[in-house]
Amino acid sequence: MSANSDLALDKGNREPKFNWFKIDVRAYTMIAALFSIWVLFSLLHERFLSATNLSNLFLQMSATAIMAIGMVLVIVAGHIDLSVGSLVGLTGGIAAMLNVWYDWPTVPVILATVAIGAAIGFVQGWIIAYRAVPAFIVTLGGMLMFRGILFGTSGSVTIAPLSPSLKTVGQAYIADLIGWIIGIVALAFAAYLAIRKRNARARYGFPVEPLAVSFLRITVMGILILGFVYLMNSYKGIPVPFIMVVVLAFVFTFIAKNTTFGRQVYAIGGNPEAARLSGINIKRRVLTVFVLSNTLAAIAALVLTARLNAATMSSGQNAELDAIAACVIGGTSLMGGSGTIIGAVIGALVMASLDNGMSLMNMESFWQYIVKGAILILAVYVDIYSRQRKKQA
Amino acid sequence: MTIALEMRNITKEFPGVKALNNVTIQVKQGEVHALCGENGAGKSTLMKVLSGLYPSGTYEGQILINGVERHFHKIKEAEEAGIAIIYQELALAKDLSIGENLFLGKEPAKFGIINWEQVYKESEKWLHEVGLNASPELPTGSLGIGKQQQVEIAKALSKNANILILDEPTAALTEQEVEILLGILQEFKKRGVTCIYISHKLNEVFAIADSITVLRDGMTVGTFATPDITEDQVISLMVGRELKERFPRVESNPGEVVLKVTNYTVMNPDIPGKKVVDDISFEVRKGEIFGIAGLMGAGRTELVMSLFGSYSGARTGSVEIEGKPVKINNTRQAIREGLALVSEDRKKYGLVLGMDIKSNVTMASLKSISAGGVINHNQEIASGNEYIQSLKIKANSVETITGTLSGGNQQKVVLGKWLMTAPKILILDEPTRGIDVGAKFEIYGIMNELIRQGVSIIMVSSELPELLGMSHRIMVIAEGKRMAEFKAEEATQELIMTAATGGSDK
Repeated sequence: MSANSDLALDKGNREPKFNWFKIDVRAYTMIAALFSIWVLFSLLHERFLSATNLSNLFLQMSATAIMAIGMVLVIVAGHIDLSVGSLVGLTGGIAAMLNVWYDWPTVPVILATVAIGAAIGFVQGWIIAYRAVPAFIVTLGGMLMFRGILFGTSGSVTIAPLSPSLKTVGQAYIADLIGWIIGIVALAFAAYLAIRKRNARARYGFPVEPLAVSFLRITVMGILILGFVYLMNSYKGIPVPFIMVVVLAFVFTFIAKNTTFGRQVYAIGGNPEAARLSGINIKRRVLTVFVLSNTLAAIAALVLTARLNAATMSSGQNAELDAIAACVIGGTSLMGGSGTIIGAVIGALVMASLDNGMSLMNMESFWQYIVKGAILILAVYVDIYSRQRKKQA
Repeated sequence: MTIALEMRNITKEFPGVKALNNVTIQVKQGEVHALCGENGAGKSTLMKVLSGLYPSGTYEGQILINGVERHFHKIKEAEEAGIAIIYQELALAKDLSIGENLFLGKEPAKFGIINWEQVYKESEKWLHEVGLNASPELPTGSLGIGKQQQVEIAKALSKNANILILDEPTAALTEQEVEILLGILQEFKKRGVTCIYISHKLNEVFAIADSITVLRDGMTVGTFATPDITEDQVISLMVGRELKERFPRVESNPGEVVLKVTNYTVMNPDIPGKKVVDDISFEVRKGEIFGIAGLMGAGRTELVMSLFGSYSGARTGSVEIEGKPVKINNTRQAIREGLALVSEDRKKYGLVLGMDIKSNVTMASLKSISAGGVINHNQEIASGNEYIQSLKIKANSVETITGTLSGGNQQKVVLGKWLMTAPKILILDEPTRGIDVGAKFEIYGIMNELIRQGVSIIMVSSELPELLGMSHRIMVIAEGKRMAEFKAEEATQELIMTAATGGSDK
């Protein structure tokens, strides 16, 4: 027994050492994949990497990214939400109807749309969590119903144009100077968080990466952020929807990593039995996850409708699949229990890049379906293959 | 009489454990041969070797059927040699008809088209063989458990089984159903079918078996003809090991009653009318270790899971904590009332294996390390470190993923999770299952420290030495009923096993 406790002490006191192999390889492969897609398209089409096109790309990915942020929590909790595409159509339609037909001003339109998204999430979440109907079925039913309600209420016509102030939600750009200020503040904040985390880890005797690496990391981050601001400013400025994506991604990363709610959602997805026996209120957490997911779908609807300056009958169609694909490409496990918000945002950027690049090259739309489908399967295949390799190692 | 089956010098090792050590057993043609032993004595492992579930080559020794050595590489080969096992958990498709189940995988068919007339006609014949009076077109799930078991036996017979193995066949049956089953076996005996009968219930064993083989700690103790041996002798053979290990039990002066359970009954959620816990009453005092003994399926786990609000069967009776009646419907309420449960299966019920140590330790007490729903990570790390140190968890840091830890360290993480909730009553269900000796004794040390601090511990265990060595009082249950209660100084392995096997002298 004494030998055992000696061993414990020995291990406990071991010099903390930074393990280079433990850096998040997945995150970097994802970013590498994104850049290789960009390089490929820039070789195939000279305008792909132009400021104009990249600005468009970030606009286009916004709605998918916002949906994907909500979808991550749903999938992490071990469920799925097939209804968000139709929900984007429906809530976008409602926003347009209120704005165009009933002349509601922008703020009430936004509030009403978001509230309707939340309410629908509550109903779907309640049936899933408290009545134990599988999420696949409830949201599949929702997918059909919401599209039907949209057709019925709108009379199947396109509703346009929106009032100018509502359009800003999806179309406005930040002025150059403010863009720079936002970029610098964001960089300072990111650097502050990185240093704070580093110090906290050092205080607890955790392995800390060498200072030079931290410095390098912050420098790279600075180049990316300021380079991004420069690029956007050389066209019209940072698109407002993209600012929303960044803010939402930050807020939901905080929810996922720093709140008891987020922690419990990951626990529920990781092992529901252990979560239940630990006194976690699974039903209430699952209900909340669906409220959040559908609220975000309503926000995505506002962005999409405002960008198109119209609510169409087909808006949001198949968007749930893009959102799910974005999560999966971003490393969220469909088995539940693991996944990150930032991964899903990068996944959304991958999906939008494929769309954008192929449209730019005037490829026929059937190719886009085939390529996107194949990429999705490939992403999951690589994920499962690398996990198996890890298990065997 | 000829020997139908002989298993000679069977040795089966798992990493770190010798589950079977040179086991030899001879079963005569046409007899009912009972296999007796405590939980973990090796009965099930032996039958898995015989049935081909552990393929030939993964164990040492020989299997001879009618004097010919056989090597089974898969279950199918053992079945073809006439060996059929009926497990406690029946393997029937409940939505299919009886006839469909009987002929599953061997449907009489021409060009892939099933001849249903033949299925049902032959089914009737087999059902008649086991004395089951039911239409083979009925859905199997509509029958009671006893009758489903008869269907399973009929299925085995239809495969031309001549050695029938029944593993705890009466665990889920009502008394009447047990009578019927024993009647069928008597009938089989007359017809020359060989049976191996595994059961904890010695009264059944003595009612039906011609000979009895006793296993203990993976070894054969001996084979006896039933008339030459008594129930008491079988029990002392089952438990007859010397108590060599010393346990670090500390004597304590138990304080006031903390938990009082009165006339507690729990129904089986799947089998209507079957009680898994039957009218049990007991008290647990402050600062004592209250042991619960019983054989597999006695209802121990169901009892503690139900008290913890995590068992779905309906229950009656009353529970008082510190003199106050409580009604616990879910685990949240249980935790609030000061209960904690370390379950018997840590991977299924205890841990999120993909999460790190600190997240698992704090999982049941996130409130205490958060403000306004936001986790204080510094506090979380401090809590994680606290339990790593006090429980001597061997890990590089609180961020080590629990799935990579050894069994003993995983168990300590589960223990840490529950200690963090500061429980009044800590329930430990098989706390040392599958962990090494060093970690075992560390857990005993933790238990002693806890009772010194005034925590009450309920320990469910299949390991009699551990139960005798650590508990201050031991309650024995069998078939959901409270059979006896002993003080530590008066309890012996024999007394406990007699009570647990439903023995008469209590």
